Amino acid sequence: MASVHSDAVPTPTKTHAHHDAQHDAQEPPDDPALALKILVAGGFGVGKTTLVGAVSEIRPLRTEELLTEAGRGVDDLGGVEQKTTTTVAMDFGRITIRDGLSLYLFGTPGQDRFWFLWDELAHGALGAVVLADTRRLEDCFPSVDYFERRGIPFVVAVNCFSGARRHAVEMVGDALDLEAETPVLLCDARERDSGKKVLIALVEHASRLHAARMLR
Amino acid sequence: MRVMDPNDPNWFDEEAGPMVRLYALTKGRTRPASEVFDLIAMVVADTPYSADTPYGADAPYAGDGPYGSEPGLAPESVAILSLCRYRPQSVAEIAADLDLPVGVVRVLLGDLLDAGLIRVSRPVPPAMLPDERILREVINGLRAL
Repeated sequence: MASVHSDAVPTPTKTHAHHDAQHDAQEPPDDPALALKILVAGGFGVGKTTLVGAVSEIRPLRTEELLTEAGRGVDDLGGVEQKTTTTVAMDFGRITIRDGLSLYLFGTPGQDRFWFLWDELAHGALGAVVLADTRRLEDCFPSVDYFERRGIPFVVAVNCFSGARRHAVEMVGDALDLEAETPVLLCDARERDSGKKVLIALVEHASRLHAARMLR
Repeated sequence: MRVMDPNDPNWFDEEAGPMVRLYALTKGRTRPASEVFDLIAMVVADTPYSADTPYGADAPYAGDGPYGSEPGLAPESVAILSLCRYRPQSVAEIAADLDLPVGVVRVLLGDLLDAGLIRVSRPVPPAMLPDERILREVINGLRAL
């Protein structure tokens, strides 16, 4: 793993955070901290923040990217005279696998005009969860399209609001015209266990894709 | 809008806007001097203590701490150092904890890196992603949650 300075990140002598995974005595003290990134995408109001909050060990934090309109060109602010700034909120959460290995979840900003932010988020991402609502399936088309084009492993998780049924899985798979190996599963974004299953399915899928690519 | 708490030193609410303009904080810069840190780049404060000096457990940090005497450090930079003192923090967490836009935090981090006060580890490069062993570890870790 590359490091800006050649020194590795030291293991802290005092563990301050209560949610730290148990320290593994076998682990070399200079093992660099490793962070993996998973994106949570989907339409507005589909439950991205809820899912992040359900599995995260920290309360969903919001991180904000401040944008100036100059040079962006995509903002439709016709008639607005002064230069304004827009704040884009991104939710994120964290899961500590062990000391020095953490998983970070990022809820992607909803509006289409923030696509360029996705590129930064997607860079180096392990994979993505596309949350879908069967009542507004078309809302997740852009996300599916985005990850397919870039070859980023993703799973589609159908958030069961009010009794989405089993057949929803096949229906969604067909409607989204997904590649056969792309997992589609039902989930309840409010439930931690359900969210965990989605993440496990994603990491397993990413792992399979990676193995397949190595063989090619 | 925040509920006003008389004990809250930030008695003003969010509608008042930031008390210090963000461009003042970054001295007008919108990009860090060196490189743009990834949201999950891990930052750790590089302690100016010698290696055998133990960390003070909960010693007050700003003011008379090791960085308090650092000339020209804004309170926000001191806050970053204190956040990253005990365990590495991601750029995103720092921004969220400080309630500052990521772009601003990146500029401040760039300065701290140039000053040798922090170390930054990049996330796993996409080409090495995903290492089979690490993914297995992640799956097992998630199952055990």
